Amino acid sequence: MKINIKINNLNKTFNIDNYGISLLDLLRREGYKSVKKGCDTGTCGVCTVLLDGKPILSCSLLAIKANGHEVTTVEGVSEEAKIIAEYITAEGGDQCGFCGPGLVMAIMGLKNENLEINSESVKEYLAGNLCRCSGYEAQHRGIMKYLEVEK
Amino acid sequence: MKEVKKSIPKVDGVGLLMGKPAYTNDLAPQDALIVKILRSPHPFAKIISINTDEALSIEGVECILTHKDFPKKIFTRAGQGYPEPSPYDKFVLDEYVRYVGDEVAAVAAINEEVAEKALKKIKVEYELFEPVLDFKKAKDSKIIHFEKEAHSMFEIGFNPERNIAASYNMNVGNVEEELKKCDVVVESKYYTQPQAHVMLEPMVATSFIDYMGRLNVITATQVPFHIRRILSNVLNLSINKIRVIKPRIGGGFGGKQAIHGEPYVAMVTLKTGKPAKIIYTRKEVFEATYSRHEMEFNIKIGADKDGLIKAIDVDVLSNTGAYGEHALTVFMVAGSKTLPLYNKVNAVRFGGDVVYTNLTPAGAYRGYGAIQGNFALESVIDELAEKLKISPVEIRTKNMIKEGETSPIFKIMGEGREGVEMNIQSCKLDYCVKRGMELIKWNEKYPKKAYGNKIRSVGMAIAMQGSGIADIDMGSAILKLNDDGSFNLLVGATDLGTGSDTILSQIAAETLGVSTDKIIPYSSDTDLTPFDTGAYASSTTYVSGNSVRIAAENMKKMILEEGSKNLGTDKVHFNGEEIIRDDNKNKISLKQLSELLYYSMNQKQLVADGSYVGKKSPPPYMASFVEIELDTETGKVEVINFVSVVDCGTPINPNLAKVQVEGALVQGIGMTLYEDINFSNGKMRNNTLMTYRIPDRRDVKKLTVEFAESYEPSGPYGAKSVGEIGIDTPPAAIANAIFNATGVRIRSLPITPEKVFKAMEMKK
Ligand code: FES
Ligand code: FES
Repeated sequence: MKINIKINNLNKTFNIDNYGISLLDLLRREGYKSVKKGCDTGTCGVCTVLLDGKPILSCSLLAIKANGHEVTTVEGVSEEAKIIAEYITAEGGDQCGFCGPGLVMAIMGLKNENLEINSESVKEYLAGNLCRCSGYEAQHRGIMKYLEVEK
Repeated sequence: MKEVKKSIPKVDGVGLLMGKPAYTNDLAPQDALIVKILRSPHPFAKIISINTDEALSIEGVECILTHKDFPKKIFTRAGQGYPEPSPYDKFVLDEYVRYVGDEVAAVAAINEEVAEKALKKIKVEYELFEPVLDFKKAKDSKIIHFEKEAHSMFEIGFNPERNIAASYNMNVGNVEEELKKCDVVVESKYYTQPQAHVMLEPMVATSFIDYMGRLNVITATQVPFHIRRILSNVLNLSINKIRVIKPRIGGGFGGKQAIHGEPYVAMVTLKTGKPAKIIYTRKEVFEATYSRHEMEFNIKIGADKDGLIKAIDVDVLSNTGAYGEHALTVFMVAGSKTLPLYNKVNAVRFGGDVVYTNLTPAGAYRGYGAIQGNFALESVIDELAEKLKISPVEIRTKNMIKEGETSPIFKIMGEGREGVEMNIQSCKLDYCVKRGMELIKWNEKYPKKAYGNKIRSVGMAIAMQGSGIADIDMGSAILKLNDDGSFNLLVGATDLGTGSDTILSQIAAETLGVSTDKIIPYSSDTDLTPFDTGAYASSTTYVSGNSVRIAAENMKKMILEEGSKNLGTDKVHFNGEEIIRDDNKNKISLKQLSELLYYSMNQKQLVADGSYVGKKSPPPYMASFVEIELDTETGKVEVINFVSVVDCGTPINPNLAKVQVEGALVQGIGMTLYEDINFSNGKMRNNTLMTYRIPDRRDVKKLTVEFAESYEPSGPYGAKSVGEIGIDTPPAAIANAIFNATGVRIRSLPITPEKVFKAMEMKK
């Protein structure tokens, strides 16, 4: 089956013979190495990308379901990602970094949302993006500064 | 100090967050065969036969490995110094399986689907044995390791006939006599559960043969040089035929201080000549790598009526699971990194056994026994204070170790063998306690305040760890001057996310007197970087840091020497940019000098090296205070604020040091309140991230971390370690706060709402 996905603003066509392939596996196969895999149960958030502007777990979406949609990975938004990354690294909130690209995409999703920004709402929104290294506080400090400045 | 004690961002942080390819799986050859492992569904069995015919006939299956394909070399997966203090009790593939998840066979296929299909078609016939599942009954029960090749490298108390992987006993003075003389004695039993590391990047390794015919292995490991040595043993391939490359690692916490998938990909590559790759599923990470050693402590402690502690007696039973990886050393650390805290005693005894069971092996995990021991000791100290009717702060202040003091434990207990004597040259524990009390407002809040069905209370605990393993673990570094005046820093040390590449760069920069952005760090590659035992035992900043300092001192000497030649006098100094005659008559910039050195005059490459092995292991110290809110209707405990004041000597990079502590605290809080691996009939029940819950953002209300002003003379620029200590205090501090809230003492982890609620009901 042929599917069309607009990835990072470019229209792409893929030939899918394995209908079970997840969007995550397809993206990695096609060289979007920013998308990581950390679990088998849709629980860790490191595979987060944007589907039509909303954060989704790419491990839990069949690639064929993305047919006709727009997918954004961190490779596609590197300018903004760099800004977010600088806020987080300024606080030391990046450790192994494995949770990083997924977190950055979730933060972008959060920005697209009409959400009242406060400590609780941000933690709630990003709860699905696990991090085992940082203890979250430093990330949170960086994220709050970014959101306040960029509002 | 210009470059250290400075919170510069991690050198690799922005790139990683922007998703640049950096981890093993990002760098694996595109056409690598996918390796999958068939794992035992039984906790204990003999493989009678393996039929791979049907699996092999599937199109796309390249090869299948069984125990017949590996040289019969016994080894230990533990990535420790050599000879390892862990028993050699494992074959890569064996005819026996000893836990659910143990390896039976490995399949290599062109892609994942084919590999999975092949796994299902392998037919294995087992003869089932009765498994040993309860570690309290494991000693002298069924023998799990009967293979004649099993042995220990030196005396570690390995006694497979009794089902003991290691045992250890020490004592100072006469504990029985001293306890008899005490006015108060408390005796208690404590239990700590197995915990999973849950580093977000699973175990992953890839291999290929390069154009020189050498085996290359790229792997997410904390110990690349140990991996090379172990691979050489199990593959029967000399060390010089193997290159191990460690790219960025997505967390380790001790879970990657071992060999995991590397032998399988390597063997597939050797057999097929093709690149191979293995990525553990999360389920495999849970079931078939490591967990924290489960332990039971019987602890007796006695004091006079003024609260001076006279004797401590600790008997421990530790569960190493199916293989004895880190069995002895984790066990010893439970004593060696806790007992010196109370160094005014007349007698101490510590000992017990590490037993085999048919469960997922235990191994290295941040805290490495110290967290288990800390929970028992720091809880029982509070029990003692309660009996003496003095405050938890007072009893600690009276008895704890102070700067300039020592403890006989340091000499007696090392890691796996004798330790080294040391006087504590830096210990700001008294400040940490005082400052922690202020930060939490102890005097206002101790012991508790009730609001309706909620109680707010505070609790505390102190801790110590070490900085590397003295006289065993070494680090080394190479600095190379480039023709623009920048430097390549090559270290065998392994940054697994801690920021050590940044910290080591800062140390190099400080020593050279240049700015940190002039240093280009690279870690680690067994072909390119010098030897280092790896990232474990809280060693990188202290041990590898010292080696970097030495290399940089040597480099500075060379720069001055070459500068002198150029300026025609040996009275010169270097200010980080220029080499200047002391009489200010002439100068040359480092950039000019290096251009001359490489292109036109006295052509010569400047390379300096440095090696270091710790002669001591100076402990970092920490005092933690926690405020909790306990719901009396449900037993639920919420951590409102966790305050830690840490003495890690000079924090080379305060931000990164702080995040080390914060991350460790949250891991410790997870272990205290809910993280727990459950088995049923030998099978792990919560082997997914859905069922094994780690803290998420919402669980962290407030962390307050500060550092004491401290300087360790033996450390690089006064630094000690900070990687592990942060995990040690949450269990006891929280348990102590629960006691202060309710009068109920929970002696087994995790402290679930059910446990608290039931205990409160019982007390009524
Ligand atoms: S990989 Fe864990 S949620 Fe997708
Ligand atoms: S930085 Fe390692 S998981 Fe978040």
